[in-house]
Amino acid sequence: MTIDPRTKTGGNLILEVENISLSFGAVRAIVDVSFSVIEGEVLAIIGPNGAGKTSMLNVINGFYHPQEGQIQFGGEVRRQMRPYQAARGGIARTFQNVALFKGMTTLDNIMTGRNLKMNRWATNILSAAFYVGPTRREEMRHREHAERVIDFLEIQAIRKTPVGRLPYGLQKRVELGRALAAEPKLLLLDEPMAGMNLEEKQDMCRYVLDVNDEFGTTVALIEHDMGVVMDISDRVVVLDYGRKIAEGTPDEVKSNQAVIDAYLGTSASSATA
Amino acid sequence: MEVLHAVFVAPFLDMANEPIFFLEVVIGGLMSGVMYSLVALGFVLIFKASGIFNFSQGVLALFAALTLVGLMTGTMPFSLQKVLPEFPPIVAIALTILVMIGIAFLIERIVLRPLVNQSDMITFMSTIGIAFVLEGVGDTMWGSDVKALDIGIPSGNWVIGDMYIQIFDLWATAIAGIMVIVLAVFFQKTRTGRALRAVADDHQAALSVGIPLRTIWIVVWSVAGLVALVGGIMWGSKSGVQFSLSLIALRALPVLIIGGLTSIPGAIIGGLIIGVGEKVSEVYWGPLVNGAIENWFAYIVALIVLLFRPQGLFGEKIIERV
Amino acid sequence: MLYREAGQFKRSYEADAAIFPIAQDRWAVIFFVAILFLGVPLVASEYIYQAILVPVLIYSIAALGLNILTGYCGQLSLGTGGFMAVGAVSCYKLTTAFPDMNLIVILLLSGLITAGVGVIFGIPSLRIKGFYLAVATLAAQFFLNWLFNKVAWFQNYTPSGTLTMPPREIFGTLVTGAEALPRDRYLFCLILAVLLGLAACNMVRGPVGRAWMAIRDMDIAAELIGFRPFNTKLLAFSVSSFYIGIAGALAFGVWLGSVETAEAFDINQSFQVLFMIIVGGLGSILGSYIGAAFIVLTPIVLTNLMVYGLGLEAVTAKHFEFIFFGSLIILFLILEPHGMARLWQIAKEKLRLWPFPH
Repeated sequence: MTIDPRTKTGGNLILEVENISLSFGAVRAIVDVSFSVIEGEVLAIIGPNGAGKTSMLNVINGFYHPQEGQIQFGGEVRRQMRPYQAARGGIARTFQNVALFKGMTTLDNIMTGRNLKMNRWATNILSAAFYVGPTRREEMRHREHAERVIDFLEIQAIRKTPVGRLPYGLQKRVELGRALAAEPKLLLLDEPMAGMNLEEKQDMCRYVLDVNDEFGTTVALIEHDMGVVMDISDRVVVLDYGRKIAEGTPDEVKSNQAVIDAYLGTSASSATA
Repeated sequence: MEVLHAVFVAPFLDMANEPIFFLEVVIGGLMSGVMYSLVALGFVLIFKASGIFNFSQGVLALFAALTLVGLMTGTMPFSLQKVLPEFPPIVAIALTILVMIGIAFLIERIVLRPLVNQSDMITFMSTIGIAFVLEGVGDTMWGSDVKALDIGIPSGNWVIGDMYIQIFDLWATAIAGIMVIVLAVFFQKTRTGRALRAVADDHQAALSVGIPLRTIWIVVWSVAGLVALVGGIMWGSKSGVQFSLSLIALRALPVLIIGGLTSIPGAIIGGLIIGVGEKVSEVYWGPLVNGAIENWFAYIVALIVLLFRPQGLFGEKIIERV
Repeated sequence: MLYREAGQFKRSYEADAAIFPIAQDRWAVIFFVAILFLGVPLVASEYIYQAILVPVLIYSIAALGLNILTGYCGQLSLGTGGFMAVGAVSCYKLTTAFPDMNLIVILLLSGLITAGVGVIFGIPSLRIKGFYLAVATLAAQFFLNWLFNKVAWFQNYTPSGTLTMPPREIFGTLVTGAEALPRDRYLFCLILAVLLGLAACNMVRGPVGRAWMAIRDMDIAAELIGFRPFNTKLLAFSVSSFYIGIAGALAFGVWLGSVETAEAFDINQSFQVLFMIIVGGLGSILGSYIGAAFIVLTPIVLTNLMVYGLGLEAVTAKHFEFIFFGSLIILFLILEPHGMARLWQIAKEKLRLWPFPH
């Protein structure tokens, strides 16, 4: 894959993870991890399975509550946050095992992403029951936005298909659409390319980069495909057994001995770019 | 003020004033609790082994009791004529066990196999369907009038000082106790028990390691049928075999909730708590509100327990991952 | 050939989001409803009104309610009977205490009261799911029935314990009480069933419905997107109970006229309505109507067949009903968990292509 390397320097920090430790009983999932995410960049989080990557995303989301440490996001410092507060603050994410609403169509799934943007008054139950003027307009306004997301991701054809019937690759794309519909400041992607072939991966990379370019959305993604990581990310954080073992640009990380020992293996030092 | 006194003070004074009577009530409650536990045990078995919440456990007990009575009175199925030979209790029980195994076969073949790996809600609702079918079949085969059941468990009272304890209840407790121990050992120590627990966790995974799902299910439902039979005998001997048996079994559901769906000791303790609680509240608080607290006591207690411990007192904590 | 979308282009999102986007559907529904309003009263007899039409409509409303809670929001409830009782008792107490109050207002208030009770019994759903929740709703069922039975105030201290609905009018026409014409009762229930169905359609296709379905399908992911599971579930409980309460009030006031709450709204009612939505289709508005019709009609058909046709005893017929319903439920769960509504959808898809095979 040849995409122009991009460099981002300086800039504000949109997210700061400080000394987070997370344990489940005796299992220490994350041990004293700190890193930052610069506004507008694409950050990759990599590491072997079980390193704590998904748990880290869950902590940022507010789904897991760490025993120690804190997170600074959007100027607020917190350790315990309810998930919907994270969502309201502008964090959207996709999941490792595609957590779409299987009983609904593609369009409806993406519309759920608009949920937080909807006017509270227009969505109360009485207005919904009568579906008159303002409610209808509000619904259509958001429908337009969802359709733009659908156009962007080129999934018009499956708009009305129940997502349970879609192949895995398309489901992942719909899930990305749902996250994008929320117009997030920070997009967390958990292995967005898993199980895809080369073409699908290229498409997904293009979408991620477009989102980052056009809307300035900061992206943090977990990914195993080193080619993808090297090509699209500005910086990389490497986790192993719950600890951070490296942080830096893709080139820096690629040649880091600790990373090679833990994860990449020696042949990666001559990886294709 | 008077109301407060009547609710919060008077009943306890009554208990203190006549301790012997209170003890009788408690013991009576414990005994009936044992009966609940028997039914709840059947639930736990099936849930532990197949992850299925078997709504029809109570009807299984009713059906077993009906079959037993039918065999013992020489009734011809579907005709209500008493033309067949009357089997002695031991033989009748053995035959009934065979019938219950047969039912386990049928249930596995017709209902469980097509529904492998469906969602929990769907399998649960299918057990509601099974309950209805068994109910209808049982009534059609053996008739729906009340029947007496007597397999020779001694009755009468045992008198200690001023207390009267029913000998029947003692027997029921003993039998239930033996069942529990046998079942607990079966689950924990044997290979089959381990396989059962694997199946409860994940059907497809169990299949993929070569556990014979079908056999396991037939085994489990047969054992549950056996437990149902014991429960049915106990209840039926005490109050006659009739439709309301299945309603009582419905009340074993809250017992399950309180004990925790996966815990055998939980089923026992839950049953005892409900048994005692029902009796005591009915005797001491019942008159205040015109009686029949028993109808809802178990459920409200279950509700309260659920609010504080959603997995029940002894159940496994439910962990959800994304 | 007839049922084609060819040439029907939707030029706005609104047109696409309509309840009946295909023109043929629209016309069919309008035609069908017109027949219900104008055609049926010309031919129906009192028996048909009382034994079939009115209960089907009332149970449709109850099924809509339960479908909202269980089919759309995924919260299994076995307390439907108890909530219908709340609706009936509220209607009774309100109308006897305020004889001049408009019947529609009384019905709405009964629904609201039931909604409140539903919210209270829905609070456990914050922490409890699946069949645990079902058992918790059984608490509602038994407790409420006991309450209305034992506490004489609810029965206005009548010695028999039976509630009787006094005669009430809507726009000058009697719809309750012994004098009311069956046709008028039917039309009243029909109007309500249609309006409530429309409201349900609107709720379900908008953000509220999506929130419910999100919670049903994957409540953890839903929370991470920003839905609030607790509020959404409580909303489902309250709307569902509102519908069920109105159904209960209608069952008491318009259909039966007098009830003994513990008998009329017992646990069997809860099962009946549950069967309606399983057979009709979980998560389907149309399915609620179909299921209600099916479950109400089948015992009548069966009894007629078995008692009058085959000469069996009534008792045997009842037993056979049990077997039939149980088997039906199992059959539907195995073959078509989405119920008759889905079968209807499949039939329509086939119709689009007819007479071509594919």
